[in-house]
Amino acid sequence: MESRTRKRASARPALLLGTAKGGFILAEANGAWRLSAPMQFGSKVNDFRLDPRDGRTLLLASNGGHLGPTLYRSVDRGRTWTEATQPPKFAPASRAKRFAGTSRGRAVKTNFWLEPAAPSNPGAWYCGTTPPALFRSDDAGATWRGVDGWNENPSWATWTSGGDSGTPDGSMLHSIVVDPRDPAHLFVGVSSGGVFESRDAGASWAPLNRGVAADFLPPGDHAFGHDPHHVVAHPADPDRLYQQNHCGFYRLDRKKGDAWKRVGRNLPKEIGDVGFGVAVHPTDRDVAWMFPMDGTRLWPRTSPGGRPCVFRTDDGGRTWKRLDRGLPKRDAWFTVMRQALCADDVAEATGVYFGTTSGEVWGSFDRGASWRSLAAHLPRIYSVRVARFR
Amino acid sequence: MAASAQVTVTVGSVLLEYTGGRARLSAAGATVGEALDALDRAHAGFKWRVVDEQGRLRPHMALFVNGAPVRDLKRPLRDGDDVRLLQALSGG
Repeated sequence: MESRTRKRASARPALLLGTAKGGFILAEANGAWRLSAPMQFGSKVNDFRLDPRDGRTLLLASNGGHLGPTLYRSVDRGRTWTEATQPPKFAPASRAKRFAGTSRGRAVKTNFWLEPAAPSNPGAWYCGTTPPALFRSDDAGATWRGVDGWNENPSWATWTSGGDSGTPDGSMLHSIVVDPRDPAHLFVGVSSGGVFESRDAGASWAPLNRGVAADFLPPGDHAFGHDPHHVVAHPADPDRLYQQNHCGFYRLDRKKGDAWKRVGRNLPKEIGDVGFGVAVHPTDRDVAWMFPMDGTRLWPRTSPGGRPCVFRTDDGGRTWKRLDRGLPKRDAWFTVMRQALCADDVAEATGVYFGTTSGEVWGSFDRGASWRSLAAHLPRIYSVRVARFR
Repeated sequence: MAASAQVTVTVGSVLLEYTGGRARLSAAGATVGEALDALDRAHAGFKWRVVDEQGRLRPHMALFVNGAPVRDLKRPLRDGDDVRLLQALSGG
């Protein structure tokens, strides 16, 4: 029985893909990776996740572009879907504010990030949106309500540049991190806003950006206004945080203080430490992967020199190893978005995966030492998430 | 209070999943907004995809009453008005 359990846990997971034209499930069967039919075909899917607590419930963030943003739920591996009856939405602006002309009211444009709440809160989820707001569901995604401590915080407009920092896809709330030991302990990342921490289930928040560079702001120390791209807490030690920022790659040991350390400085200078995503090993807190991007001059944000590579650290960022065996050696000018780099979530597994803006999925089954293409010719990929169905 | 009008509403393909595949519908309302409310009661979720939480027609929605473009959902309706709710589909 024990060996069967171990075998099941270490089997390769399915990958949930969120793309510009729908969601897909990519899964291995008899040694080959097979792609499902598209789900919510035609929708822009920024995130697509399986509830790890039941191994059954799928949530998909659908952003039509033309239709209002919504969420869909499936409990049969995507064969049938039910739309949220109350998707994330702001409260209507008060008549007084409308009359005074101080606010026309905020409207959710994109459901950008989906995150299951703590294991002790089955059925609870968070959703981060554009403009950068936080919503919670306690019924497996059917209905959502705003986390007022963030959305209605008196500092919200200051912290988020009024919710619109002018970034191409809008300022979004992403990287919702839930401390598995304490469901009330949360972190969020806000593009052109920074990292923020709450210890009271989102009732109050404080910036957590000390030591992080912001070369697009005037010189000096800034409490907020930074541009995190992806923040993760290590599952084996949730006090160990990694952050891929617009301005470098950082580590923070929260128990030891609040100052981020730019461990990306240890990457080769000609590569730099700009990127979108970060992935961590399921049990070893010192192991992390990043996908570097070109951050020179006009910030093309493609693989540097057209030669894609993943870098892995095995010592918390002190040293990094280039991993590119199997990846194109030249002329590959893609980008890997922030939700599109991930690692296996069980100790026995060694998989690392990423999806590209040119519609390819790459996988490694030896911690990144070698890579192979698992799928190609897909629409632009926004998210790749590991899923273990039960 | 204006009298409720009975109108015909024609919707584009992206909304057919809410209307059971029907492109031509009947609705009652004194204003365009009221007619959309009536359609939402009959077809749950319909209005959210068309109108945001501040009561604004979404940017890529194109609404016409008797051939004239309308953005104001308070636009009054009269019996027999022809309402068309189309999508200004754009992008690649």
